[in-house]
Amino acid sequence: MNEEDIMLFGPPKKIKEISFGVFSPENVRKVSVTTIIQADTYDDEGYPINGGLMDPKLGVIDPGLKCRTCNLKFGECQGHFGHIELSRPVIHVGYSKEIYDILKATCKECSRLLLTEERIEHYEEKLRQEGVRGSIRQSIISDVLSEAAKKKGVLKDSTCPHCGTDQLKVKFEKPTSYKEGDKKLTPSDIRERFEKITERDARLMGWNTEVSRPEWAILTVLPVAPVTVRPSITLESGIRSEDDLTHKLVDIIRINQRLRENLDAGAPQLIVEDLWELLQYHVTTYFDNEVSGVPPARHRSGRVLKTLTQRLKGKEGRFRNNLSGKRVDFSARTVISPDPNISINEVGVPDFIAMELTVPERVTSRNIERMRQIVLKGSNAYPGANYILRPDGKRKRVTDITSDILAEELEEGYTVERHLRDGDIVLFNRQPSLHRLSIMAHEVRVMPYKTFRLNLCVCPPYNADFDGDEMNMHVPQTEEAQAEARILMRVQEQIISPRFGEPVIGGSQDYLSGAYILTKRGTRFTRSQMDQMMYVSDIDAVLPEPAGEEDGKPYWTGKQVFSLLLPDDLNISYKSKICQKCDVCEYRDCKYDAYVLIEDGVLKTGVVDGATFKARSNCKLLDKLVKDYGTDVGRKFLDSVTRLILWSNALIGFTTGIDDEDLPKEALNLIEKVLTEGKDKVKRLIESYREGYLEPLPGRSERETLESRIMQALAEARDKAGTISERYLGMNRGAVVMAKTGAKGNMLDLTQMSAALGQMSVRGNRLHRGYAKRSLSSFDREDLSAASRGFVSSSYKQGLNPKEFFFHAMGGREGLVDTAVRTAQSGYMQRRLMNALQDLSVRYDGTVRTNDDIIVQFMYGEDGIDPAKSTYGKAVDIDWIVHKNIKAKKGA
Amino acid sequence: MSKVNIVEHELVPQHIVLSPEEEEVVLKKYNIDRNNLPLIKSTDPIIQELEEQLAEQSEDEGKVSLKGRIIKIIRNNSPAGEGVYYRYVIE
Repeated sequence: MNEEDIMLFGPPKKIKEISFGVFSPENVRKVSVTTIIQADTYDDEGYPINGGLMDPKLGVIDPGLKCRTCNLKFGECQGHFGHIELSRPVIHVGYSKEIYDILKATCKECSRLLLTEERIEHYEEKLRQEGVRGSIRQSIISDVLSEAAKKKGVLKDSTCPHCGTDQLKVKFEKPTSYKEGDKKLTPSDIRERFEKITERDARLMGWNTEVSRPEWAILTVLPVAPVTVRPSITLESGIRSEDDLTHKLVDIIRINQRLRENLDAGAPQLIVEDLWELLQYHVTTYFDNEVSGVPPARHRSGRVLKTLTQRLKGKEGRFRNNLSGKRVDFSARTVISPDPNISINEVGVPDFIAMELTVPERVTSRNIERMRQIVLKGSNAYPGANYILRPDGKRKRVTDITSDILAEELEEGYTVERHLRDGDIVLFNRQPSLHRLSIMAHEVRVMPYKTFRLNLCVCPPYNADFDGDEMNMHVPQTEEAQAEARILMRVQEQIISPRFGEPVIGGSQDYLSGAYILTKRGTRFTRSQMDQMMYVSDIDAVLPEPAGEEDGKPYWTGKQVFSLLLPDDLNISYKSKICQKCDVCEYRDCKYDAYVLIEDGVLKTGVVDGATFKARSNCKLLDKLVKDYGTDVGRKFLDSVTRLILWSNALIGFTTGIDDEDLPKEALNLIEKVLTEGKDKVKRLIESYREGYLEPLPGRSERETLESRIMQALAEARDKAGTISERYLGMNRGAVVMAKTGAKGNMLDLTQMSAALGQMSVRGNRLHRGYAKRSLSSFDREDLSAASRGFVSSSYKQGLNPKEFFFHAMGGREGLVDTAVRTAQSGYMQRRLMNALQDLSVRYDGTVRTNDDIIVQFMYGEDGIDPAKSTYGKAVDIDWIVHKNIKAKKGA
Repeated sequence: MSKVNIVEHELVPQHIVLSPEEEEVVLKKYNIDRNNLPLIKSTDPIIQELEEQLAEQSEDEGKVSLKGRIIKIIRNNSPAGEGVYYRYVIE
């Protein structure tokens, strides 16, 4: 709100309450600036007709004209309502259900609520009770209505308790007609009845008589929306095209006119009724063109008209499209691509975008020279400015012609809308925004080319990849917004997920396999390689003593390089991802080098892999770095380690190929033997089942028992085959390194490639559908053997035979269908949950309350723990605290 | 079929009827009036059971209504070990 507005309207006021009610006919006439009687819009000369639907009193839609009512210009005048006097009353479709409820609950003669005085008082007392909540109120009202409705022909005693009139059953014929007994009730009849309803009765039926009376649900006068709501558009050909609402109003006026004429001429009842019904139809479709039981009104072309309800409803409606979400300025969208050399906090912004988006910067005595330089550059050169703002609010566009004059004009107090610059804070977003972390604040890094660049470590929270994903960027325009974004939303502040305190930002894929290669035993670097690595990964440390000498030249180990990234006082030990889970752990003497030991910031033993810094996993090191040393250290670690690994990967190299799945002859023979054994076991199981020897499992039939036993046997066979292949697949193979370090894939995938695919399944069962009693026509009916029910004993590398291939496709399809269904279902569930929970908040006393202070939980989560600040859901990591204190004591 | 005593069932948390004094303490603690509390219907089996028990204890034979009272619920399956919850009895 600017000063001028405050002068005009006074200081801003807080809205205390809003009351909703039904618009009364008097009110409709009161707000109306004119009554509309002409069904036409413009005359032959193209001027709007007075008393027509485009009456100039209804507002302005043409630039340059002034409003006939308020004298304001186009864009300033919001428009004014007119009205149509209906010749006969009609039902408002939106209230047809409520009208039915009242008709059922009131007497046909005296219009009293069909309840005894006693019951009325009883319900009044209930409603009076202090602080009756909305939902309870509603249920009391529906009790009133249903109890009163019982008097209408349901019970034997169906007389009005007040006047004793016998009541007839009321029938509702959707959407707008009512029958009492066999007689049709006209809207006029209903309106007459409703007028007689007492205030007390109306209140009991849920009508707040201060703002709405039941009879107002039957329209006698129809408000005509201002022209600004239904602007006509002039096509290029000069032909005017009217809004759907205008078309509908034309229909209404036309029928209304004809009805009036017929009434005046004393036309026969039948004709009047027909026209009345037609008027009802037009008014109904004017409000809602999707009422069931009513054919939708159509345009001349056959297109269904979009009337009032359609404007508001649904995803494309006013609420969801224009109010809950709207298009914004200072935003950009383009394809994303990776850049491992920028910080996780940064986003690479194409230069052409940086020149379009601006940040307002106020001119002060300290920056005036710099601002002049920027303005002088103009808007087509970088770093320039697009607009300057004078202190009086006047906005001037900076062009190549005006730039030197405007630069000269600059004074303290001016504001310059300068181009986006390195270090500016922006919000970065990828849809679907399911997360707090789907929008994070990044620092700008202006770059050539046309894509947004982002660090690979921030892909997991956005769930982004680079197969064509696009992302949005928004530039906060005030210092407050920028500071807030920087402090609360910056990427480094989000490394730890609010879900339960695990890192969501961290290494993935090549970084993990690369870290293993870097830190495994035997990786050596020369002096010059050390220099390169320390330079690219921005390590500010003294070159450590070489680990040894070879051929007279000193060498350093990968562990030494990695140690340079660690804080000097870090002490931690954990088992790495490649741990073989031996029966007896040998700790630092682990023959696989899987026991990670860091003493005083030096990696003594163990390899760095997924267990150290993998995103979205229980990674030991990154987690501790961020939580104990702060987000700055965490960010620097990630920035450095990723660049270091990239460099070492480039030096050492890493590859995978189909020969990674090669197995020696003996292994293949072993696998085949194991699989044959498995299939034989299945045969034996089937035999004993056929002979009836199979002991059924508790709660299962013999057939089910057989199935589960077979599945068990085959799974066992596959597992055995896997173990065999695993034995022959050593860490010298790239694929194995990837699987073991957590970079990509797992050992099961490798087993499927090298040994056998195993059992294909649909819905957790072996494949059996397709043909009558068999999966494929190439098997006998009732063949329960492994091969006929989708057991694939080939590996991907060997290749599948046609039957196996088909089975594999069956199982594969289930996976695809599942993902498609899951995303749709979970998206809808998410929407429902968000709508239900959005107003709940945790208060300072630890309670969770709704926005009207109703308590939902007396202690958040019953334990009051903020999962975002917990360690994997636990309030405190006791082991770690003890560990740290013991270390501290020893040191002292 | 014999009636199951739900009060003693292991899956039913402990429900305690608060005395008016205790109610005041609770309301004061959370700075609310009883309408800000979560609700429980007096037709809820546990409330019916509690009403029956109270009726047996009271001297004058007759129905006891818990409507308008506050029930304290102690749950043992809460992450904090023991979770306390209050509900306001409505009809």
